[in-house]
Amino acid sequence: MDIVVLVKQVPDTESLVQIADDGVSIKTQDIKWIMNPYDELAVEAALQIKEAQGGTVTILCLGPDKAIETIRTALAMGADQGVHINDPAAQGSDSLAVAKLLAAALKEIPYELIIAGHRAVDEDNYQVASAVAELLGIPQISMVNKVELADGKIICDRTIEGGTVVVEASLPALFTTQRGLNEPRYASLPGIMKAKKKPVDVKTVADLGVDAAQVGAANRKLKIKALSSPPERQAVRMIEGEAAADKAAALVKVLHEETKII
Amino acid sequence: MAQGVFAITEQRDGELRKVSLEVVSEGRRLADGLGTELTTVLLGSGVDGLAEELKKYGPEKILVADDAGLADYTTDAYSNVLTDLVQSSDPAVIIMGASAQGKDLAGRLAAKLDAGVAMDCVKVQLENGNLICTRPMFGGKLNAQVEIEGDRQIVAIRPNVMDITETAKDSAIEKPAVQLGDVKTAVVGKKMDTGDKIELTEADIIVSGGRGTGGDYASIEALADALGAAVGASRSAVDEGWRPHSDQVGQTGKTVSPTLYVACGISGAIQHLAGMSTSKYIVAINKDEEAPIFSKADFGIVGDLFEVVPVLIEEVKKVKG
Repeated sequence: MDIVVLVKQVPDTESLVQIADDGVSIKTQDIKWIMNPYDELAVEAALQIKEAQGGTVTILCLGPDKAIETIRTALAMGADQGVHINDPAAQGSDSLAVAKLLAAALKEIPYELIIAGHRAVDEDNYQVASAVAELLGIPQISMVNKVELADGKIICDRTIEGGTVVVEASLPALFTTQRGLNEPRYASLPGIMKAKKKPVDVKTVADLGVDAAQVGAANRKLKIKALSSPPERQAVRMIEGEAAADKAAALVKVLHEETKII
Repeated sequence: MAQGVFAITEQRDGELRKVSLEVVSEGRRLADGLGTELTTVLLGSGVDGLAEELKKYGPEKILVADDAGLADYTTDAYSNVLTDLVQSSDPAVIIMGASAQGKDLAGRLAAKLDAGVAMDCVKVQLENGNLICTRPMFGGKLNAQVEIEGDRQIVAIRPNVMDITETAKDSAIEKPAVQLGDVKTAVVGKKMDTGDKIELTEADIIVSGGRGTGGDYASIEALADALGAAVGASRSAVDEGWRPHSDQVGQTGKTVSPTLYVACGISGAIQHLAGMSTSKYIVAINKDEEAPIFSKADFGIVGDLFEVVPVLIEEVKKVKG
């Protein structure tokens, strides 16, 4: 089965995110960049399907020059090839514009299955994968923690509030990953060596035939007007007492009498 | 020109979900601010009773798409029907919940309508007739103020944040003809949590345990029981296999904003703090007085959770009588 995995490079979740001087973007110089954690699950899922039934795994990524590191990481895990949409004109695109670029690239790549993270943990927009599926006219199943393929169909456990629903779709299809789906493998040393020789095709907005007036920072439908840090909390009030029991009793008193929660 | 507000509600197994009431209440507030009409949209099968219930929240109109094929949410049937309804009513603002359903639907609808989406908003304000939405990014490390360009704006609001307001009206109920369109997905099974487990993102109180529990969640669960709370967990607790992934709070798990968040034996990694820092009150219980969790807490106890929590349970029971 030919599988395409959509990946994004994002700031490490353990890193501090600070607002840049322009007030609408973040300081990027001291950030460690990683593959979006949900995309790691997507790469792993694709590799497991390939190992079970053959086929190819292609990594599709939109990002600047440094995003090649993330593509190489996926190739080192075992993916076969990459497509890197790298064009200053595409930078700063919003979710729908990113989806238009990815969908345009996907028209040139054979696939029966597309796998993506259910969101990127930077802007947390939850939209790119759904919009890609719509633009390609294929079904989607979101936030999947179990997947089976049989008879031209995909059957997934989709996590919802309070449980999971089992959703079936015809192929070709797209699904997005949720934690619990698998444990992503680490790239092996031979894998890292091999990854350096695997082909990565670089595409520009013009190569993809997408109208430049639909993409990029200047053409966002979702405009970021300002970024701010969450309001600081007042300093913590430590509940003191002789023993644990005294502290616990004092805390419940505060929650009951002052905050009136209990 | 597009005008009016569309509030897309959610039902599951014959009941309106709480986020629906938040969506309609917020929709009412926006429609009043914009001086326009609120249309509530309900999709399902045999949902007349739910339509009546929605009148309490004051829409001018309730559009009911009633079809056996809409009993369960599927992306394609729901997005096809909603697109038809949007195209015939031409609303300027579409508001929905940033729930599992809304997060699946929004991107699809945005692509069909070529519209921008502000996802997971915690605040929606009006400025000269424009919507200014506040939405957390980076799992809550930053807040963005965003504005949507174009004549159609899609806003998904974070569950459990906006107020529910009753303003009953004798709303007109309309049942337009439904075309499901091309449907390639089907719900073939459901595996719901049994018992009265409270969903984290909808919980009013959460008791969360981390590495400090050593995997023993008995007292955490007992405290949650006493408080009527949901149980949460840190990433390390989930990575250890102590709790299911669905319990994880943080940047790579669930973002929660309960009234009270009780963090037990959680040191407060930056990705965890991002997922719970919008809670109204935060209590931290930790052996290490230097733990970063105390920097985000309102109330702190330095102590062993296995000594503190059992007493908390007794005291809570006393107060609750």
